Amino acid sequence: MNWKREEISDRLAAVGYIADRDIATALSLMEFLKRPLLLEGEAGVGKTEVAKALAAVHEAELIRLQCYEGLDQNAALYEWNYQRQLLAIKTREGAGENADAIEEHIFSEKYLLERPLLAAIRRATPPVLLVDEVDRADEEFEAFLLELLSDFQVSIPELGTIKATSIPRVVLTSNGTRELSDALRRRCLYHYVDFPDVEREAKIILIRTPGIDTALALQIARLVAAVRKEDLRKVPGVAETLDWAATLAGLEVQDLRQEPEAVHETMICLLKTHEDRARLTREVSERLLGKVA
Amino acid sequence: MAADLPHAARPRESGDPALDSRLRGNERNEAIGEPTRRRLAGFARTLRDNGFRIGLAETRDALAILASPAALRPASLRPALRALFCATHSDWERFDEIFVAFWQGYGMRQRQTLSGSPLQSRAPARRLAEAQVPQDALGLPDRVQRRSEGDADAAADGRGRREGASRVEALTTADLRHIVDPEEVAATHALAARLARVMRARLIRREQVRRRGRRLDLRRTIHRSISHGGMPFELAWRRRKIKPLRLVVLLDASGSMSLYTAFFVRFLHGVVDSFREAEAFVFHTRLAHVSPSLRDRDVTRAVDKLALMAQGIGGGTRIGESLATFNRWHAQRVINSRTAVMIVSDGYDTGEPERLGAEMRRLRRRCRKIVWLNPLIGWRDYSPQARGMQAALPYVDLFAPAHNLESLAALEPFLAKI
Repeated sequence: MNWKREEISDRLAAVGYIADRDIATALSLMEFLKRPLLLEGEAGVGKTEVAKALAAVHEAELIRLQCYEGLDQNAALYEWNYQRQLLAIKTREGAGENADAIEEHIFSEKYLLERPLLAAIRRATPPVLLVDEVDRADEEFEAFLLELLSDFQVSIPELGTIKATSIPRVVLTSNGTRELSDALRRRCLYHYVDFPDVEREAKIILIRTPGIDTALALQIARLVAAVRKEDLRKVPGVAETLDWAATLAGLEVQDLRQEPEAVHETMICLLKTHEDRARLTREVSERLLGKVA
Repeated sequence: MAADLPHAARPRESGDPALDSRLRGNERNEAIGEPTRRRLAGFARTLRDNGFRIGLAETRDALAILASPAALRPASLRPALRALFCATHSDWERFDEIFVAFWQGYGMRQRQTLSGSPLQSRAPARRLAEAQVPQDALGLPDRVQRRSEGDADAAADGRGRREGASRVEALTTADLRHIVDPEEVAATHALAARLARVMRARLIRREQVRRRGRRLDLRRTIHRSISHGGMPFELAWRRRKIKPLRLVVLLDASGSMSLYTAFFVRFLHGVVDSFREAEAFVFHTRLAHVSPSLRDRDVTRAVDKLALMAQGIGGGTRIGESLATFNRWHAQRVINSRTAVMIVSDGYDTGEPERLGAEMRRLRRRCRKIVWLNPLIGWRDYSPQARGMQAALPYVDLFAPAHNLESLAALEPFLAKI
C-alpha cells in the first residue's frame, strides 16, 4: 500500500481525529482500491467526522450531500435556474431573437445550478464527497447513485454528457433505517463504527476540550462507557460526551468523585429523552460514579 | 472459483484512470504464488458459504491487497480484508471468527449456523423429500422438528407415540411441516393476498407530479412552457405520493401456541408473498428473522426452512425479551412511518410483564399501528388474564381473535382500516 496505516493514523491525529486502528486501514484501503467507503453504526459514533477528517488529511474540499426521503436528482445533481431562464426568455423575446437561439442560450452553463454530486465530479482537485445517511433516500436514488459511483459521468439532456474531471473520494454513511441494496454494499468497502473505547474517548475529550485535565477526561470517558451499558433509549454519542466534558470543565469540576451533585445535574448533556432521564436517578448515577471513578 | 481467478485478474483495456491503476496493481499479482491464490479463493468461498456477498471484483481486490506490502503484516491484513469483504453489520460481527478459523485453524469446511441466518435455509434440502411424502406415510419423526408439548425424550421416542396416535394427539403434535393440504394453502394465500390489497396504500409526504394537485411544480411548468415560447400554458402540479403499507408480523412459535403455529406459518408465507413490503419474525425464547426463507414460492420448502429456524421450542416464551431484540436490532430497519406491526401470540409470557410493557411502549412509538391477534380469544371462557397480555394491551390498537381462517377473514374490514 502506498499509504501506511500508521501514517494515516498520524495524519488523522494531526487534524484532530483520533482513529482506531481499523478505520485507518479502511481509509488507506479506500485510497488503494479506489472504492467508496460505507460507514455504518449507531447515531453519534462519529461517522460524519470520519469524512471531515479525511478531507482535512487530504486538504481537499468536503462536499456533503444530506439524504432524505424524497431526495431526487434535481436536488442532488443539478438544477436549472428557472427564474433566470424565464427572465432571459422574456428579455430576449423582447429583443426579437428567434426561439432556437433563445433555447440555446438558456440551456447553457450560465443557467446551470450545481448540486453536490455534480460539484463533486467537476472539481480540479479530487474532493471528498460525503453522502450522509444514504439510507434515508429512496431506492430509486440509491440506484442512480450507484450508477454515478461506477461511471463518474453524468448526462444532462440539454447539455450532453459531463465527465468527471477528478474522481472524488466517496464516503457514505448509514444509520440502518432501511436495508441498503446489495449492489451498493458490494460496491463499497465496509466499516462498522462502534462507540470508542475508554482510552480513545478520553483522547478525543482531551483533543476537543481545551484545558481539560487528563485524569478528568479519563473519568468522564469511563463514566460515559458505564452509562452506555445502562438500558437507555438513546445511547449518548461522542458529541454528547464532548458537550458534557465541556460543561464539567466550564463548571471547573476537577474530580467527579468530589462533586456527585454536579455530575448528576449535568447529565442532561448525555440523556436526551425524558424516559432515560427518569431511569438514571441520583442513586443510579452515584452507583455508576462509585464504580468507575 | 479458483479457476476463474487468474482470468479475472488479467488487465483489461480501460479509459478510467482509477480502474487502470487498480489493474496495474493486478499485474503485480502475478507475483503471488498459486497456493496463495487457491487459499484466497478458498477463503472467499468459505465466506460465500456463510452468506457473505462476494463477487469477482472483491476477490480481485483481495489479491491486490495480498500483493501489497500490507500483506507482510498479518495485523493489518485482517482489517483490510474485513473492510473489503463485509457488507453488513452481521458480516462484520462474524468475520473475525471465520477469518481465524480459516487462516489460523484448519480450512473451515463447515458452514456456521448462526440463528436467523438466511443460509440455514439451504441446510434442510435432504429433508425436503421427506416433507413431500403424504402425512400418513411419514416415517420416523425427527426429534428436533417435532413440535411436541412433551419433553425431548418422549419426542425422541416418536415411533411408539405414532402407533397409538389418536386424532387429538396428531393435532397437538402438529409439525410445522404438516401443511400440505393444497386447498387450505390456497385459501390462506388468497386471504393474505386480499388483505394485502385492502391494506396496501398509504399517503406519504413525498410528492410526485400530477395533472392536478395542491402545489405548483415550477420546474416542470417552466420546462413545458418552453415549447410555447416561455408562456406557461400547461401547469404541472405536485401531489402527495401513495406508498404501500408495510406489514411486520411477529409470530409466537412457543409450545402453548403449537395448535396454531402451522396455520399462521402458512398465513405468514402468504403475507410475505403478497405484500409488496412485508417482514416476518418468529419467536419463542429468541427471535428469528424469517422473511428470507419465506420468500421461497414453494410453500412446502419455505415452511420446511422455517421449521428448522423455529426449533428449540419448549422452555417457555419470552415475549418481552424477543420484542427487546426486535426493537434493538431490527425495528429501525424494518419499521418506517407506514408500518403496521402484527403480533400473533397467546400472551403467555414467562418473562417479566414489566419488560413486555416497556418494550411494547417502545414499539408503539415507532410504528403506525399494532395489531395483536390472540388465538385464545376464540375460546368461550377466555378473558385476557395472562399477565403479559395485561401489560401489553394498553399499547395495542386492535386486539382480536384469530384461530382459523374464518376468524382471520372476519378481521379483514378492521385490518383494512389499520
